[in-house]
Amino acid sequence: MSGAASITAAIKAANADGRPALIPFMTAGHPNREGFEDHLLILERTADVIELGVPFTDPLADGVTIQRSSEVALKAGVTLNWILDALQQSASHRSTPVLLMSYLNPLLTMGYKTLAERCPSAGVAGFIVPDLPYEESAPIRAELEPQGLALVQLVSPVTTDDRMRLLCKASAGFVYAVTVTGVTGGEKQADHAAMLAYLDRVRSVSSLPVCAGFGIRDAAQVREIGAHADGVIVGSALVEVLEQEGDLQAFLKSLGGKDNV
Amino acid sequence: MSLDKEKLLQSLVNGEYPDAQGRYGPFGGRYVPETLVGAFTRLEEGVDKWLNDGNFRDELNTELKNWVGRPTPLTPAPRLGERWGAEVWLKREDLAHTGAHKINNAIGQALLAKRLGAKRIVAETGAGQHGVASAAACARVGLPCEVYMGQIDMARQAPNVDRMQRLGAKVIAVTTGDRTLRAAIDEAMRDWVASPNDTYYLLGSAVGGHPYPYLVRELQSVIGREARQQIIDQSGGLPDVAIACVGGGSNAIGLFHPFIADGKTDLLGVEAGGHGNGLGEHSATVVHGRPGVLHGTYSLLLHDDDGQIQETHSISAGLDYPGVGPEHALLAATGRASYCAVDDQTALLALNECCEAEGILIALETAHAFAGARLYAQEHAGARILIGVSGRGDKDLATLLEHAG
Repeated sequence: MSGAASITAAIKAANADGRPALIPFMTAGHPNREGFEDHLLILERTADVIELGVPFTDPLADGVTIQRSSEVALKAGVTLNWILDALQQSASHRSTPVLLMSYLNPLLTMGYKTLAERCPSAGVAGFIVPDLPYEESAPIRAELEPQGLALVQLVSPVTTDDRMRLLCKASAGFVYAVTVTGVTGGEKQADHAAMLAYLDRVRSVSSLPVCAGFGIRDAAQVREIGAHADGVIVGSALVEVLEQEGDLQAFLKSLGGKDNV
Repeated sequence: MSLDKEKLLQSLVNGEYPDAQGRYGPFGGRYVPETLVGAFTRLEEGVDKWLNDGNFRDELNTELKNWVGRPTPLTPAPRLGERWGAEVWLKREDLAHTGAHKINNAIGQALLAKRLGAKRIVAETGAGQHGVASAAACARVGLPCEVYMGQIDMARQAPNVDRMQRLGAKVIAVTTGDRTLRAAIDEAMRDWVASPNDTYYLLGSAVGGHPYPYLVRELQSVIGREARQQIIDQSGGLPDVAIACVGGGSNAIGLFHPFIADGKTDLLGVEAGGHGNGLGEHSATVVHGRPGVLHGTYSLLLHDDDGQIQETHSISAGLDYPGVGPEHALLAATGRASYCAVDDQTALLALNECCEAEGILIALETAHAFAGARLYAQEHAGARILIGVSGRGDKDLATLLEHAG
């Protein structure tokens, strides 16, 4: 199964169990490189798909929490190379698909071809690139697609209907529905009903699963938003647990996920 | 990079850039979060509509004349010329309202924002000149203005912070990232992502996703258009070279653009060499950079082998930026313009020399152009040199005092 297909299948399997897929996010190598392997193992127990952030110096779509984690990871010497190496070492034991969230420049600098060739052995199934709109994505897509890797498209509450159809069609793995007009970890959308209606709108257009992210912090939100999406992405709240050296496993369990069925 | 230099140069000279994708040859484009795609599309449509609209152009030209004080003079600099063995002409953007070229862009974009129905304006600033210009322009058109400024820059350009506040702008300290211009742009973009429908982002340099590099070039080209006519009228011909300092590159592209088709006029961009050639010691993006994507555009960039943007250094806050406008990347790639770097110390000497010889206190940014001109004159005896005086140096007095001892 291709990376893209494995992501879709994992989300559908969760849905078949009667729950939204849980996609936790953490910045790779945050708060330190030594803990990465353990954190990954903990995530695997509960996650249907894992999203790992590649740290970047200028994360302009991210709020303060993920900015902070990015800065800490960079100081610890985390690079895209290091992440791929670390993932490769544990790839054979891992069945949960891994997505990398990266700004474009680290990917561009490595070279799309090299990147795409390294992904299968590292168990990387695809990418989310927050500063790469569909119109600029042809060059990276040309290298990712032959390797079966997903380039997940994002849609936002201000995306027009026409554009939403285009993006849903172009996406692979799932469609990432950004729930707030703003950066990650942001305040809840003021008009809650409108946000849920927006998720329904994305779902009515997309043939792929739709996963909601940005500002989803606890079990109540996971349940509520999960009723309007095929999966939920929890990022900033999880990063905060890591920052405060809290109980990662307990936090993930509280959100639901495959272990709890 | 394999580029057909001749073909790119021809297209450049023919005025074919930016193309429909917002590209300047391989450079440029629009790398922005999905939430901003609609806002960028509306901006592009607005730019295409209003920049070509007679009424808008009349309104802009009237403001440039009566409020900004254009045309700015072209001043002969005979005493500098004598020292350098050259014929030196100064295009005086330091005499424009608020003391720098930044106002040309700020008033143009503020008028555009008004036409586009914006309810508030956000801007970033490095040296504070673009912040002051934005604050003044927003007051002039009657829109609230918030300016993001790095904490380090707020300390070294304190008088400009006071000026912005006096002009009614809210100055927001940026304490994340590198706490200079780059972080201020990051933060202004985050603000815009949170309110893409009501907010207008008044970007101050020729960087960012399309259409910003084009919009800023069009609004700043008034510098080169005036200077080209003035130097023909006053000296009897075109200059051998036009020289400007380059940070993000807005004053330089404004000066250069009207001369691009004048093949006999060299174009020289002078970057900040800081205090060394290692990463983090300078801001000389064209001289030392490699292609990459930052702040929405594919251009030359100071970044490491992992694609992480590097810290920069310059004595002048306005040049302290790790990227450069995409059109400069193309001008460099085609060889139409050349770029060099001048270090902090040489820039300081050039600033003092201009004070002494011509009675003009230029900005530290601008001083880099003067130092570059001096070097050019050494290799081209008797050359007719046009220097873009991008701004005045009053804001730099604290830095100058610090380095006097």
